[in-house]
Amino acid sequence: MTSTPVVATQASTRSRALALIGGEATDANLRRYLHGIPGIDAVGLEQRAAALGTRSIKTSSKKRAIDTIIGLIDLTTLEGADTPGKVRSLVGKALTPDPVDPGCPRVAAVCVYGDMVPYAVEALGSAHAAGRDQGVSVASVATAFPSGRASLAVKLADVADAVAAGADEIDMVIDRGAFLSGRFGQVYDEIVAVKDACRRADGSVAHLKVILETGELGTYDNVRRASWLAILAGGDFIKTSTGKMQPAATLPVTLSMIEVVRDWHRLTGAKVGVKPAGGIRTSKDAIKYLVAVAETVGDEWLTPGLFRFGASSLLNDVLMQRQKMQGGHYSGPDYVTID
Amino acid sequence: MTRLAVPKTYKLYIGGTFPRSESGRVYAVTTPGGDFLANAAQASRKDARDAVVAARSAFGGWSRATPYNRGQVLYRIAELLEGRRTQFAHEIMQSEGVPAPAAGRQVDEAIDRWVWYAGWADKYLQVAGNANPVSGPYFNLSVPEPTGVVAIIAPQSGGSLLGLVSAVAPALVSGNTVVVVADETRPLSAITLGEVLATSDVPGGVVNILTGSPAEMAPWLASHADVNAIDLLGAGDVDWVHLEIDAAETLTRVLQPESGADAAAPSLARILAFTETKTVWHTKGLL
Amino acid sequence: MSFLDYAPAPESQALLHLRPEYGLFIDGEFVAGRGEPFPTINPATEKQLALIAHANAADVDTAVTAARRAYERRWSTLSGSDRGKYLFRIARLVQERARELAVAETLDNGKPITESRDVDIPLVAAWFFYYAGWADKLDHAGLGVDPAARGVAAQVIPWNFPLLMLAWKIAPALASGNTVVLKPAETTSLTALLFAEILQQAELPAGVVNIVTGGRETGQALVGHADVDLVAFTGSTGAGRAIARAVAGTDKKIILELGGKAANIVFDDAPIDQAIEGIVNGIFFNQGHVCCAGSRLLVQESIHDEVVDRLKRRLSTLRLGDPLDKNTDIGAINSADQLKRITELSAIGEEEGAERWSPDCELPENGFWFRPTIFTNVSTSHRIARDEVFGPVLSVLTFRTPEEAIAKANNTPYGLSAGIWSDKGSRVLAVADRLRAGVIWANTFNRFDPASPFGGYKESGYGREGGRHGLAAYLRPAGSAAVAAARHAVTVESGHPVKSPAARKKAAK
Repeated sequence: MTSTPVVATQASTRSRALALIGGEATDANLRRYLHGIPGIDAVGLEQRAAALGTRSIKTSSKKRAIDTIIGLIDLTTLEGADTPGKVRSLVGKALTPDPVDPGCPRVAAVCVYGDMVPYAVEALGSAHAAGRDQGVSVASVATAFPSGRASLAVKLADVADAVAAGADEIDMVIDRGAFLSGRFGQVYDEIVAVKDACRRADGSVAHLKVILETGELGTYDNVRRASWLAILAGGDFIKTSTGKMQPAATLPVTLSMIEVVRDWHRLTGAKVGVKPAGGIRTSKDAIKYLVAVAETVGDEWLTPGLFRFGASSLLNDVLMQRQKMQGGHYSGPDYVTID
Repeated sequence: MTRLAVPKTYKLYIGGTFPRSESGRVYAVTTPGGDFLANAAQASRKDARDAVVAARSAFGGWSRATPYNRGQVLYRIAELLEGRRTQFAHEIMQSEGVPAPAAGRQVDEAIDRWVWYAGWADKYLQVAGNANPVSGPYFNLSVPEPTGVVAIIAPQSGGSLLGLVSAVAPALVSGNTVVVVADETRPLSAITLGEVLATSDVPGGVVNILTGSPAEMAPWLASHADVNAIDLLGAGDVDWVHLEIDAAETLTRVLQPESGADAAAPSLARILAFTETKTVWHTKGLL
Repeated sequence: MSFLDYAPAPESQALLHLRPEYGLFIDGEFVAGRGEPFPTINPATEKQLALIAHANAADVDTAVTAARRAYERRWSTLSGSDRGKYLFRIARLVQERARELAVAETLDNGKPITESRDVDIPLVAAWFFYYAGWADKLDHAGLGVDPAARGVAAQVIPWNFPLLMLAWKIAPALASGNTVVLKPAETTSLTALLFAEILQQAELPAGVVNIVTGGRETGQALVGHADVDLVAFTGSTGAGRAIARAVAGTDKKIILELGGKAANIVFDDAPIDQAIEGIVNGIFFNQGHVCCAGSRLLVQESIHDEVVDRLKRRLSTLRLGDPLDKNTDIGAINSADQLKRITELSAIGEEEGAERWSPDCELPENGFWFRPTIFTNVSTSHRIARDEVFGPVLSVLTFRTPEEAIAKANNTPYGLSAGIWSDKGSRVLAVADRLRAGVIWANTFNRFDPASPFGGYKESGYGREGGRHGLAAYLRPAGSAAVAAARHAVTVESGHPVKSPAARKKAAK
């Protein structure tokens, strides 16, 4: 993922958004716009997701899928008990997912709390992507993650702190309370402000993932509206969940977000990423997401710049599958490392 | 000194009006003993065609009336029949050659049967409909609906009014519109029923009454592409097998002839025979 | 290499052991047919799968006689609960052998294995389970207490859902106490014959179900046989019309599930992504070989371009090819004849001025294939908007108001099904009320369930299959004169009861 100088782009993003919603980003204008988007029939959406889930990805396709999944993982630790040592271990795993196979690809990023960013950066050393296309990025959750219940000033400070410490990517949470009570303008403004706070001293900007916490939004229509809102406000990625509550990512929810990304691309030509996070634990599940992405918005989306899995235990299941495909026999948990 | 009576001209009943046959034909209606009673219009295939057009155009309104409203309209007809009880009994006595008490009983029975059917209008759907427990997140409901335009060959023997009512009323209950070929030799009560209908709340075209030869008209009705069902109830003496074959051309629903004492006995089945079951699925989703 | 180039994922054929040759299934045994046996082929490869026996009129007569005997001596003497237990057995056996049946269905029919595996065969089992439970509850079927079976049912089924249509026919017939002679479609006999093996495993009494394979004349002999009491047919309107003519004047009950030209109506407030899926499922499910297919897309003019654009993109992701591959969306056309018809009607569509579009997809060398096709600029007078194509061909028409949508949807001699897509509940229900079709899917399409009645208005046939309504045709209402006659008749040893004129009377055919 590259962090590009985007001051100009950001201004144009904003004016485009305002043109689309037909005025300032007020609650009323946003409501009119978001409620004018076609609805979602839950049954049909879930059926489509289930149908995508029946694709049979075998042999060479499975091999490719497994390596693709590894390269899309944001290897995550978000615990109150996180320590520099834990983060270093995580980074080790990120860089060398399978110690016995140097050909195993690295993950896309490690995802940690803001105060752990310096340890992650340090542990990565020269492998830190830091805006390059190679290496592993550091993603930091911010904005009073996971609840988002703090003043804007605190949230922005949280973001600025993580960016200053070397985070390449910021995973923010939206204010679900504001969203559910119809204060769309507030949600919009906050995302815009966080995006501004992602700017570094050299003018480059950390990438912004906007966590919708879909499990708290209640309906697919809300997920879709929140997705549009996050994209209108300039989010680079829309992300399902914090992973701190159930349900986290589900295939239908993610599919509905992929559809928004697809429609946005058709509307504007711009590409926004999608990150399902939480609850994806097996390679079999992860492959369903790859299928959903490829068949909905196209397989050019299957790059770290446009799709991520937010996961921790997923990696080891994928590695065991990988070992099975290479060795021809089933692997076990003692043959993959814990981080 | 007796007053010179003013006899009635018996005409067809099509689209709420009383035309003569477009063919200009009439035929003599007599008592069983052969005494002249009246000249009835002898409807032609074109009259039948006009009747189908009238029935089709009335179908939308009648079928979409609320069941409660349809029931009330039908009940109102029974009220009006009651008011003309004497006239019907007189016509039945004359044309069927039955004594007054028997004629009166037939009228009573016809009225009671009409009331019985009227009461079904807002119930048959509950009895014949179904909520279907499908295995999935769907609302799924089956309801009977009127099939459309129903052509009826009324019974050609037995009580002329009762036979007619037994055939017409069940078709009307669900909202069908009707083209009925009356008892050929004893059509007087049918025409009078038309007069009742014309002064009732039944919209014109809902019931259309033709007098004349079933053998002449039935083939045109059976083969008519805009007739949805044909009740051959009283067609036992004509070549009804060919009528059924004609009806097959557009998959017209057919009821075969009946005879005997329990012919066209009042039944829910007779209502449902002129219905189509429609099943509606709708997704159910909370999210 | 694209991720979307999925590696082949063929379903294994290892669990299917076809015999080289199949006989007729009469009186519990496989017997040779007296006609010339004919091959059944895999429409995806044109390779022969097996040789199928050909029943002539004499064979049909033997089968009907066996069914009559089984009805009188065995099946009508069983309690409802015992009949039900046989049906439960059959349902379980179908589940146990589901994968084998799915593979056979896909090989013989050409439909994608995911469809036979996930739709057809599970529904077959569900159908038997559902009607099994009815067998001892017929008093509650709405036909009065103690309704009577009709006797011998002649059943003729099509090739689009071979085993599922068999289940639709046989399950209610047996639950109601009838015995059966069934004729599968000429090109798809295999699963019916595997089903016969299942009947043997279930130890269903001999003669209760007989399966006669063959061509059109076999079906005619069966339908026209003097000793059948009811005819159940699913197929074309032309053939249904012929059956209605053939049984005219008799007291054979008929159920006809015929053709359709369903309108799939998309309003401008539709849940658009689900509507697109519904349109695709409506017309491309089972290669469009579906009588209730949503073959006429009626889209509100204001969203026409957007819908067509989304539809084209979606069609470009459909996978056409080996039906046994688990990732195939569009399988083979069932026969050369059907392919010819689809090809001809599509050519007429172009000649009449409609705009034809298909996604780029390679067609396999052998077998019968047709690209998913949509026609835009279609007017109501075009043949592709009126004739049933019975293939993966969609005609797109527009409307401006709900009233116009209803009028256009109803402007067809058919009346089997329709679809409505809108987020507005009141409009959905009002439109559903006004559509002259037997099955209305709102915000969904092509859903089937044994509890849900299915059948058409107008030239789409009459009678209902599925649900409580699906029992009606197979039973004589309690208390009817015909019931008394039928009850009397079954006590008489000698063959078919001669119906008295009184027995001919019926409240409703």
